[in-house]
Amino acid sequence: MISRRNFLKRTALGIAGASLPLAAFKIIDAKKLLAEAAAEKSSAVRWVFLVDTYKCVGCGMCVKACKLENEIPYDANVSRTWVERYVLTKTGKLYADTPKAARDGFTTAKIDLNADGIKDISKEGIEKAFFVPKLCNQCENPPCVQVCPVGATYQAPDGVVLVDRTWCIGCGYCIMGCPYGVRFFHPVYHTAEKCNFCYHRITKGMKTACVDACPFGARQIGNIKDPNDPVTKVIRDQRVGVLKSEYGTKPQAYYIGLDEEVR
Amino acid sequence: MKNHVFRPLFVVIGIVILILAVRVVYVPKDFGIGERGYMYGWHRENNETDWKKFRVKYQGKEYCKDCHPDKYNSINGTPHKIIQCENCHGPAIDHPSDPPKLVIDKSRALCLRCHFPLPYPTSGRSKIRGIDPDKHNPDIECSTCHNPHNPMEGLR
Amino acid sequence: MVHGELWTVKELFVLPNEYIYWSVQIVMYPFMTGLVAGAFVLSSLYHVFGIKQLKDMARFALVFSFALLFAAPMPIVLHLQFPFRGINVFMTPHFTSAIAAFGIVFFTYGAIVASELWFLYRKHFVEVSLALREKRDKNIGEWLRYLIFCTLTLGVYDLSEEALHRDEKAIKFLAGLGIPVACFLHGYAGFIFGSVKANALWMTPLMPVIFIMSAIVSGIALCMLTYIITMEIRKMLLSRKRTQPGMRRESMEEIKGVEIHVIQITAKYLLSFLVAAISLEILDLIFRGYTALKSWDVLRSVIYDRDFYDIFVMQYGIGNLVPLILFLLPGLTIRRTMLGVLFVLFGVFMMRWNVVIGGQAFSLTFAGFMHYHLPIVPHEWDTFKEGLFGALSIFAMPFVMFSVISRIFPVFEYEKTH
Repeated sequence: MISRRNFLKRTALGIAGASLPLAAFKIIDAKKLLAEAAAEKSSAVRWVFLVDTYKCVGCGMCVKACKLENEIPYDANVSRTWVERYVLTKTGKLYADTPKAARDGFTTAKIDLNADGIKDISKEGIEKAFFVPKLCNQCENPPCVQVCPVGATYQAPDGVVLVDRTWCIGCGYCIMGCPYGVRFFHPVYHTAEKCNFCYHRITKGMKTACVDACPFGARQIGNIKDPNDPVTKVIRDQRVGVLKSEYGTKPQAYYIGLDEEVR
Repeated sequence: MKNHVFRPLFVVIGIVILILAVRVVYVPKDFGIGERGYMYGWHRENNETDWKKFRVKYQGKEYCKDCHPDKYNSINGTPHKIIQCENCHGPAIDHPSDPPKLVIDKSRALCLRCHFPLPYPTSGRSKIRGIDPDKHNPDIECSTCHNPHNPMEGLR
Repeated sequence: MVHGELWTVKELFVLPNEYIYWSVQIVMYPFMTGLVAGAFVLSSLYHVFGIKQLKDMARFALVFSFALLFAAPMPIVLHLQFPFRGINVFMTPHFTSAIAAFGIVFFTYGAIVASELWFLYRKHFVEVSLALREKRDKNIGEWLRYLIFCTLTLGVYDLSEEALHRDEKAIKFLAGLGIPVACFLHGYAGFIFGSVKANALWMTPLMPVIFIMSAIVSGIALCMLTYIITMEIRKMLLSRKRTQPGMRRESMEEIKGVEIHVIQITAKYLLSFLVAAISLEILDLIFRGYTALKSWDVLRSVIYDRDFYDIFVMQYGIGNLVPLILFLLPGLTIRRTMLGVLFVLFGVFMMRWNVVIGGQAFSLTFAGFMHYHLPIVPHEWDTFKEGLFGALSIFAMPFVMFSVISRIFPVFEYEKTH
């Protein structure tokens, strides 16, 4: 029959004794330490994009630079990024176009309506008009990644969504799954393709090709986890919007001057 | 002989084992769940490195500075300083080794990207001076009269 | 030309990368898997629910379901940009994607159907292989046949009452198990579309259910059609031969009698599933109009304006309403059934068409449209596999497969099976 004191002593000793080796496991679990270190290192960066629709003039230099930088065939009617033009008339009608993804800029006032021809809008009839560059939003909850049946597309720890050209089977589900229409089949490789924030550039400390090419500073890229990043400051201090937030994708391309007519 | 009912099941199990065996050989060793979890991070790890190794084409303005100081300094004193050299001349890549010469695009279409006037209120486009390409010297290159590296030269 | 550019015509404001990427082969895929699932459910109506009048149809439906099973993945194989990488779905499945379920579901379903067929035809395999074993000098064809049938016995030669009884129980079990799997097979195909929130037309929780209902409809219709055709061919062949040595002589009247009775019972089931499918689709339509979400303007344009003919005349009119009337009118004849099932199959095909192509008929901008024109003349591989002839060859495949495998799984020699 053990005394109460002895019982308490032994229990305390037992607990202390047990917690020591367990703590040792925690302290010296190298794999976990490495994983934590890696997680901290990679999660130190989360790429975000900032578009200023007031500054964009529709010159299309970004589209040209993107095509050449990322080896998207110049004459192919697809692009990783594009610029849209919105013209709202005084009668309340909206006209929008994106001729050849704005690869050649906008060098006419006539709106390209594809098979419906061209629409001439008089200068006096315009209420407001602007340009909206678009690109992959590298969503926080990317629906395109969710629907890939084989794991060919995925999100890197720094937020960029990438496509593995060696594994993609070309089913097109990711293309159908993107609410923003940024994906397409590469005309040469025949795998799914999309803007990847020039991953090969930003991971070297460079900017994306489109950000560099834009003469007017309408495009910017930054790291939302760095509070000193000028892009982060704008997103936090100024009024910014995102595209189609109702889909729950949590897009990471922010827009200054996002009009409600923007699709 | 006892219960033959399970024979087909054994065949099925055999096929499953075969598939799993093929899987060991076929799937790359680094394929697995990444840091974003199974939903967003199911991939071949080395693909991230593959993309990082992609060739950089555009080098940026500073790359041109040392060999072309005249053009660099000239343009930098004008409203055209906001334009990258490579915007008009194409990507430098490994110039001067590859390609040895860059494009000198003298087409009117290049200048019209910005200088075709579009009267769009609320857009920066409306602030750029432009010309009607059908009326303003339609048959000749813009650079005949205007120096892109010093657009104000010879004007007014 | 970018993939899709050839058969897409854009109108008004469409994003640069938008094309009709999922074309006729993606229409064919749910159509074929629907036939698979439907044929199986029909077969199970006999094995599980013991509806005796469906005995002949059940055997037939099961074999046909198996033939369809080989044809069903073909649309996907033709659609994929990398068909040989298709096995990646089995190797590294990403189960957050509905398409990844394809591997497991298809394989499970195939295993169930194959097993059920084995139990059903085991006696036949044993008898044929034993008979061929006796035969002294076999020619090449007979050797091959002997080899095939020996393998098919899986080493089991027991034909005792107890063994056969166990077979019956196994069949019943598999048929029962197979019904939810068949539903899953086609439900997941519906889920593939219904879960795509990016597509305003596809996004609805009703999609998997609508697909299952119309799949069963199409499966029953196809079985009825093939049954009628095969019976007609048998009648034709019998009318030429007077007697068959060693076989019971069936009179024409007997065959006719069995036929119309089976057809009438099966038609009743077809009707009930047809009504269910129509109700769900009308419900979906009413809901969309009533709730009038942001996408409603462009969807209304597509449904009631641009695709009105495809949806209301072809699918609901010819494909649903006309067969409904044909089957409801009293005194059902073989001829009327033929017409009815052909229209039903057409209606189910148009439903797949209107979902897949219709979902891509409008732009993500909700301010533009895309028109799909099916490539008819196969100029090159792309226009063949994603064109009319690709679709037709897929549709012909199960019939070809059926004629091949019905030599191993004979459908009409009653004594040889359970």
